[in-house]
This record gives sequence, structure tokens and C-alpha cells, in this order.
Amino acid sequence: MRIQKLIRRYWVDVVSLLVIGVVFIVPFVFVLLTASKTRQDAALLTFSWPKEFRLIENLREVMTWGDNRMVRALWNSTLLTLGSVTLIVLFSALVAFVMQRRADRLAAVVGSFMLAGLIIPPAVVPTIFLLQWLGLYKTLVGLIMVEVAYSMPFAILIMRAFMGSIPRELDEAAVIDGASPMRVFFSVILPLLRPAIVTVVVTSSVTIFNDFVGPLYFLPGSENVTAPLTLFSFISQFTSQWNLLFADVVVITIIPLIVFIFFQRQLVSGMMGGAIKG
Amino acid sequence: MAHDDRPRAILRTYPNWFYLPAAIVFGVFFIVPTAMAFYFSLTRWTLFSATFIGLDNYVTFLGDPMLMSGLRNTIIYAVMTSGLKVIIALPLAMLLTSNIRVKGLLRSIVFFPVLVSTVAVGITFSMLMQPSVGLINTVLGAIGLPQPDWLGNPGLALYSVALVDVWKGLGIATVIFMAGILSIPQEYFEAARLEGGAWVKFRYVVIPLARNATFTVILLSFIGGLRTFDLIWTMTRGGPGFASDVLTSVIYKEYQAGFYGLSTAGNVVLFILVTVIVYPLMRFFNRMELDT
Repeated sequence: MRIQKLIRRYWVDVVSLLVIGVVFIVPFVFVLLTASKTRQDAALLTFSWPKEFRLIENLREVMTWGDNRMVRALWNSTLLTLGSVTLIVLFSALVAFVMQRRADRLAAVVGSFMLAGLIIPPAVVPTIFLLQWLGLYKTLVGLIMVEVAYSMPFAILIMRAFMGSIPRELDEAAVIDGASPMRVFFSVILPLLRPAIVTVVVTSSVTIFNDFVGPLYFLPGSENVTAPLTLFSFISQFTSQWNLLFADVVVITIIPLIVFIFFQRQLVSGMMGGAIKG
Repeated sequence: MAHDDRPRAILRTYPNWFYLPAAIVFGVFFIVPTAMAFYFSLTRWTLFSATFIGLDNYVTFLGDPMLMSGLRNTIIYAVMTSGLKVIIALPLAMLLTSNIRVKGLLRSIVFFPVLVSTVAVGITFSMLMQPSVGLINTVLGAIGLPQPDWLGNPGLALYSVALVDVWKGLGIATVIFMAGILSIPQEYFEAARLEGGAWVKFRYVVIPLARNATFTVILLSFIGGLRTFDLIWTMTRGGPGFASDVLTSVIYKEYQAGFYGLSTAGNVVLFILVTVIVYPLMRFFNRMELDT
């Protein structure tokens, strides 16, 4: 009797946990298992328990391989992400602020550019040509500018949706107190935009940190390597060292995992807010 | 404050020059290259010199069966990924907004792949889809099902990559549907509960009232599908042969081979494809939304 009741009450929970767990967690278990194996063991490519646990050794080998290439890649990716995200937040918040408050013809034009930026695929070779002409090809600054240009439309979309919930009376009160537009923006609006900013920071840092196409086209060369591209050089350099390749996957997956653990709730609710209003 | 003062107050408090930093970066690094693409697609281009050759690149493009199959594959990929995301994410979002106890945990699990590097996901699934020892075929073999060569069979490779794309992007689609379902007033669900079970709730409440969420999911995954590159390049590099080449992988191959004009023509074809499909779709969805 009691068992039947328990089954009836919990079967949906158990079945969905089982199905979703298998489909979404098993691939990550495979990554972790393979990253823990010895070279010969990993070369079998099977989903099996490692004969000998070497995760720490493999991680160390990945980090130091090729004159600390992975360390350099993580450093480059960090600079790229920090630089781009700072500019994205600042520039997009300025646009979202004026656009939502004025809501005039110019704001509509800005809105249509934003839409174009969300939809149109970027023209890669002309961008390389232009970066070369500006002396920014194969430089971190050049890639940062490109990432900022590609990511702003989505950031503006999220922030404009959120601006609507910040009462206009607050700006007016600040203006009556004698605040300049800059001051209104930095000391009234920016702090109140915080939830939207967190969403933008998390989504765009994940996108830019993981970006593969941008560095592939605009920042080639081993000196400038970024984190996702190390995976590619591992494929070509060690076709047989799958343990190291997957140790590399572990390294570049740990970072989003940490971000995820800290910002999980804000991330999902922020995206849901943007989805409804946008 | 007198009513007439309002426009001037607006001018002073919300100055248009606040647009300037964003406009410069977006203009220089996005709009200008996009405009340049139209010209350079009409040239034989080495980055140092460009010879005007009219529509030759487009003629080459449309006459080459490999490039045309790239165009066809791009459309198949976009239709398949956006279709599957809707079909799977909508029921999943219903499950994750129902009153099951583990929904918090399940939401996190489904969303996490969105944050992981696409290249890493591609590498992992290439191994899991390995024909003889890969986990997927090992499981299929154990229960007596056929064991296809997921990435090695030219007729299957594109679809296999599309499935991995669905796996990775399902989290975003699900979150959008969850937002749509949570914005439906509770009374509708009450009424559905009196009328019948989960099917009534799904067919007569969620599908019609979460329509805007469906439109958003279709649009976003369609745009993403047409522009896909990372996953195809990591898992098959367009192969075997040219069986899973899409427009973006063709663009990259032409670029690597030094055919910059042809590569840029491919870019313009993609631009036109996206615009021709997505703009009417967007207008259609907007009209449908106004109707409700």
C-alpha cells in the first residue's frame, strides 16, 4: 500500500531525473573519466572506469605543455573577456538609457540597427581587411572591438527591457537637484540597472570566453592563442593523447561551471525577463 | 514642470551623444565591413588588390554543386534544429514549471550545456558517436539496435551534428518557454484541470498562450542555425567529403584557400538568405501577436 502511494507520488520525479540525468550528465562524466586516464587507457575511447587515476598529473601536463601555452591562452582569454565585457556594459547601458527614455524617431532608428546586429551574419574577410588597415589585425584590441560590436545588440535588448522598470521620476528628481546627465547616468541609473547588468556580464563573458570564430579569423598565431583554440591545436598535435585533450576540456569547462554556480538564479531569471519583454 | 518644457528637459537629461561610443564601434566594426562585403564580393580579391569581375563569384557559387549543397545543408540544419528545439523544449518547460520536487536541479542540469564551449561539446560528442567503441553505439548494440556510423556516413553526418546542436541549445529554448508558461494567468490552468488532464492543459492552454515564446524560440534557433559554424567544424569539418558542409564552413574554406572574393560572396549569400527568411518570418510573427 505505502509503496504504491510512494510510486504514484514520485514516479514523474524519478523518471525525469533519470532521463535528463543520463542525457545531460553522462557526456560530462565521460569527459572526466577520459581526462583521468593514462594515455594508453584513454586511446581505447571507451566509456569505462580509469585503470589508474591521473587527473591531476594530466591537468598539470596540459597547463605546462608547449612552454605554458595553456596558461598563456587562459590569460589572453581573461584579458579579452574583461576588456570586451567592460565596454559592452558601459556602451550598451548608455544606449539603453537614452533610447528607452527618449523613445523618439532616432531611438527607433537605433532600435532597427540593434535588430540588424542581432540578425545579420558578420562579414568576416572585409572585417580582416579593415582591421589590417587600422593596424588592429592580430591584436587583442582589434578582437575586443569586434566582440563589442557583435555583442552590444543583445546587451542593449536586455538593458532596454529593464530600463522600463526604473521610474523616470528618479532621473527628474536628480536633475532638479542639479545633477548633470553623466551624473544621473552613473549615480542613479547604473546602480539600478544592476540585475540587467549581471545578466549581460554573465551571458557575454561566457559567449566571448567560449568564442571560437572570432579568434580563428581575427587573432591567429600561437602567441595570441585563446582558450577554445587550444582544443584545436590539441586535436592536430596529439591525435593519440585523448587524456590530455579531455583534460583541456575539463580546464575550459571549470570556468563556466564556477560562473554558473555563483550566478545561476540571476542568470535564468534575467534571461526569462529579457525573453518576455524583448 | 510645465508641459512645454518637457522636450527641452529631455534633450538636456538624455543627450544623444550617449549613443556615440556604441555607434562608433558598431559602425566601424560591423556596419562598414557589411557594406564593404557587397563590393568585394564582386571582385577577385587578394587583400592587396581587388579586380572587379562583376557577378562571376556568384556564378561560380551557384554553379558549383559543392557550394550549392552547402546552401541546402544550411537550410536543412536550421529547420531541423529549430523544429526539434520547439518539439522537445515545450514539453520539457511544462515539466520544469509543474510541481515536481526536483525542478530546481533539473533546470540547472538542462541549462548548463549552454555555458560550455561549443568546441568542447563537439569534441566530446565526436567520441561518444564513435562507430565501434563510442558510448552511444555500445548502448544501442547492447539492446540490439542498429549501430550507425553517426559522423562517417555522408547521409547522416549533418543530422548527427544537428542533434548535438539541439542538445547544447535546448537550455535557452526551455528557459524562454518557461518564461512564456509562467506568464499565463493561473485561471486558465485551473479551468484546464477541471476539463481534463495534462493533454488539455498542453493543447488548449500552453500551445495557444505560449505562442509568443514559440515564435521567439523559432526565430532565435533559426538565426543561430543558419549561422552555425563551431560545431560543424569541430565534428566533421564539413565532411565526409562535402556531405555536411554549410555556408559558414564553405566561407572559411574559401578564405583559407585565399579566395577572398569568393568567400565574401558566400558571406553575402548567407546575409541574403538570413534576411529573406528571417524578416518575413518576423513580420508574420509580429502580425500574429497583434491578432491575439
